[in-house]
Amino acid sequence: MGLSHQLKCRECGRLWGNEPRSFCDECLSPLEVTYDLEAARSVFTRKNIEAGPPNLWRYSALLPLQEGFRGTVPAGFTPLTEARHLGKILGASGLYIKNDAVCFPTLSFKDRVVATALAAARRFGFQVVSCSSTGNLANAVAAQAAREGLDACIFIPADLEPAKIIGTQVFGAKLVRIAGNYDQVNRLCSQIAEKYRWGFVNVNLRPYYAEGSKTVGYEVAEQLGWRLPDNIVVPMAGGSLITKIRKAFGELITLGLVEEKKVRFFGAQATGCSPISDAVKRKLEQLEPQKPATIAKSLAIGNPADGYYATHVIRETGGWAEDVPDTEIVSGIQLLAETEGIFAETAGGVTTSVTKKLIEQGHIGPNETTVVCITGNGLKTIDAVAQQYALSPAIEPRLAVFEALLNDRLAAVAGN
Amino acid sequence: MKITVEIPTALRRFTEGVQTIECSSTTLPELLGEIEARFPAITRHLRDDTGQIRRFINIYVNEEDIRFLGGNEYQFREGDRVLVVPSIAGGAPLSAGSTTRPAPV
Repeated sequence: MGLSHQLKCRECGRLWGNEPRSFCDECLSPLEVTYDLEAARSVFTRKNIEAGPPNLWRYSALLPLQEGFRGTVPAGFTPLTEARHLGKILGASGLYIKNDAVCFPTLSFKDRVVATALAAARRFGFQVVSCSSTGNLANAVAAQAAREGLDACIFIPADLEPAKIIGTQVFGAKLVRIAGNYDQVNRLCSQIAEKYRWGFVNVNLRPYYAEGSKTVGYEVAEQLGWRLPDNIVVPMAGGSLITKIRKAFGELITLGLVEEKKVRFFGAQATGCSPISDAVKRKLEQLEPQKPATIAKSLAIGNPADGYYATHVIRETGGWAEDVPDTEIVSGIQLLAETEGIFAETAGGVTTSVTKKLIEQGHIGPNETTVVCITGNGLKTIDAVAQQYALSPAIEPRLAVFEALLNDRLAAVAGN
Repeated sequence: MKITVEIPTALRRFTEGVQTIECSSTTLPELLGEIEARFPAITRHLRDDTGQIRRFINIYVNEEDIRFLGGNEYQFREGDRVLVVPSIAGGAPLSAGSTTRPAPV
């Protein structure tokens, strides 16, 4: 096809070359990047990837980058760790955590999508980059724009967590708080993107942005020793990540880097904002939008852009979707922290508790290889768990006082 | 009764460049018919082969998603502003009408 990659309509198949555009003028459907996989076959090899840098740019051959592009931000290649203790409690061996709570530079998987989005922003000559965000994307755009010398203007729902607001402003980004929910912010950004020549990473650069999510899938396969898991559990906000992990696995199979395997995809949402899991569970073809009401603000998208495709991935792979209430989001954060030493944000609490539910329901078998995707860091949503922990009184720095405290506590435990 | 419909850039090719049109329909199905009667070329972009409104088109009334207002059952009111947004996943490509402005300080 000449080009190594270009935009293609997901519905009517029309090709659009490479430009800042996210939907097809013919049928108004979303676009995505398609690759000349045969041309990539000789370069996208295990050997070349393993010789690459320890970050997402090791997969550059299947990212939508201009010829000769050299990425500098070392995002991605986060740990995949076996979760033995969590697995024991949940009754499943072969449980792994893909830990994007420690992604560079802003501690969420959004660092990946912003890396490819800003590469596109540069390519198309944008000086101002922008986004609508539930927080993590705001942080990632602000940080990488600072690094790239771009101006960032970021739109968020007014009620975001303080850490996500400060964690955007600190990079010098202009922040616009909107009195409304994410869906309203997103709709406004669609209107702004029509009028201003800005690079909106999740609007007119969206196809390029979304491809960054594939690297989660590539890494999972590589870190499992070039094999695919039986199951993967993915949190869903807009629904893009789950579709891109599937795309990544498909490309790895097509190019022979892993053996073909039918991986089941499971989606996780908060009950207070669950349009995708609701559609899966009720077997709806068209999603019903919701007004979000959950502490998992990073997942609070009531009209998910890729929701339709996410439901298809789940159905076609024999997976399932579940959702959990706020109380279980908190207990999920605690469970993951106490068993695996990983402090995830509220979305991670959702994913952990949904995994528990899926195992209890029998959707995930006890001896299968299951990867749980943790996408953000608990330090950004500390308010969600703060009430669970009382601040103990300060004691004098004397051994006798400490021993008195210890005896009190032992007595309290015995008394229980 | 008058309502105003804002046409997104991508569809203005089919409305002779008109950005805002005034209509008098009382429901969404009626409104689509009214727009299509005036600009027949827009029809195949608004509807799929089965005549259904395309999956990725979002309709807003005064900033609210029409699905929260009752969808096809919603009765327009005098002065309603209707917004057609293609694929909320994304906005529009760059067009001649785009302006370059700096980020607000």
